[in-house]
Amino acid sequence: MITGNEAAAWGARLARVKVVSAYPITPQTKVVEKIAEFIANGEMDARYIRVESEHSAMAACISAENTGVRTFTATSAHGLALMHEMLMWAAYARLPIVMAVINRAMAPPWSIWADHQDSMAQRDTGWIQIYSESNQEELDAVLMLYKICEDKDVLLPAMTMMDAFILSHTMEPVDIPDQKLVDDFLPELDLPHRLDINRPAGHGSLIMPEGPVMEYRKAMADAFAGVRDKILKVEEEFREIFGREYGGLVEEYRTEDADAIAVVSSTIASTSKEVVDRMRERGLKVGLARVRYFRPFPHRELREIAKKTDMLGVIDRSYTFGYGGALYAETKGVLYGHSDIPVKNYIMGIGGRDVTPEILEKVFMDMLKIAKDGAVDREVEWVGLIGDERWSA
Amino acid sequence: MKMEFEFPTPLTTVPSTANKTGVWRTFRPVINYEKCIRCYICWKFCPEPAISFVPGDKYPAPSEAFLKRDAVEINYDYCKGCGICANECPKGAIDFVLERGDGQ
Repeated sequence: MITGNEAAAWGARLARVKVVSAYPITPQTKVVEKIAEFIANGEMDARYIRVESEHSAMAACISAENTGVRTFTATSAHGLALMHEMLMWAAYARLPIVMAVINRAMAPPWSIWADHQDSMAQRDTGWIQIYSESNQEELDAVLMLYKICEDKDVLLPAMTMMDAFILSHTMEPVDIPDQKLVDDFLPELDLPHRLDINRPAGHGSLIMPEGPVMEYRKAMADAFAGVRDKILKVEEEFREIFGREYGGLVEEYRTEDADAIAVVSSTIASTSKEVVDRMRERGLKVGLARVRYFRPFPHRELREIAKKTDMLGVIDRSYTFGYGGALYAETKGVLYGHSDIPVKNYIMGIGGRDVTPEILEKVFMDMLKIAKDGAVDREVEWVGLIGDERWSA
Repeated sequence: MKMEFEFPTPLTTVPSTANKTGVWRTFRPVINYEKCIRCYICWKFCPEPAISFVPGDKYPAPSEAFLKRDAVEINYDYCKGCGICANECPKGAIDFVLERGDGQ
């Protein structure tokens, strides 16, 4: 029985990470505390670099990774926002750094609870993004991400998200894989462009507009386009060795014959599965699509899922001001020209607001009504506001 | 059309010294060796750094005793003309003169 934070730390330990640099922030602190403990006890052969900020933590990881060693860090909310500049540096320098992000609301007002605004705001930095639903998935994601990211055709960084407290501080049974099996699964990092005294070179120097800077961006876009297949391949290898699988980019749950399907990520998916089961027992045909990878975005998967149902209800735990939820916006985007079923956005769980089975059932009932009507009443709706009778349980 | 790259991110094998940043200069610091007491404060403050040491007898000095100490010299290939040396010089021995665009 370990917490999500400890699961992330175990992932780094089993991956034989060589350099860790991090700055503590609630609710991430225990990840790096645990790693510091592993290193102090001699259970992990790694260098822990203490820094004065998250910006420096990412800078230290970039420098270390550039020498060709595996690095790891973890952060939340404001720490992630402070890293923003360095996140792009890591991605454009094509460094396969893996980072655990514990999703927490951005202030003000100060809020330390689950909310996806922090990582959604980093979607354009060139990092692979995966949202975990359980502590086991978090540990496994760290191991799989190193293998995906370090592939010669990928060479991109990745962040693995988990909900603050709901996973980070909650104990769950977690199978800690055997080190030897992990060693067989995950080869040592061989970074082609590492710093090498036998090949002196400048990294990140100036390129004029007529130089190949645009071509390097395109090469990175092409690498990202290949990530989807790599995810599926690595997950298959992982399943063969460790016996666990998660469904690729999108996990489908009881989507067959569903009149309405909820598109959800992270822990709201766990509660939603319970609700789907209860409603199915009563003959109400609802299903669930749990978006695991937000980058690369699951174009093909969502287009296929849309074919199976009469409407999609997208639940976002963040909000893109002036538009709607990010998951909703992108889901609608990939469906355009492929499907004309109604899609509605439900904004829920902001600032850690509890998303209960009762309120989710009301959302599913609303979705079924839209499926029957064939049209949405409104595109974006905030659910669970104080005093809103419509959604109160 | 797709370009093939040896590495996923550009690695530069030409050293950055190939980039002669001195061309950015609008004002040029000029050491007045008759006043320079070779205290090296300019050398300490130059952020480039574009001030280096040369044998003491290469330049004149306020008196013969100073010739025993290394003199300082400005490398105009890299001096960007920030003027910090002229500002810090305790003897006012560095003149800051407008570049005329003819290398003089």
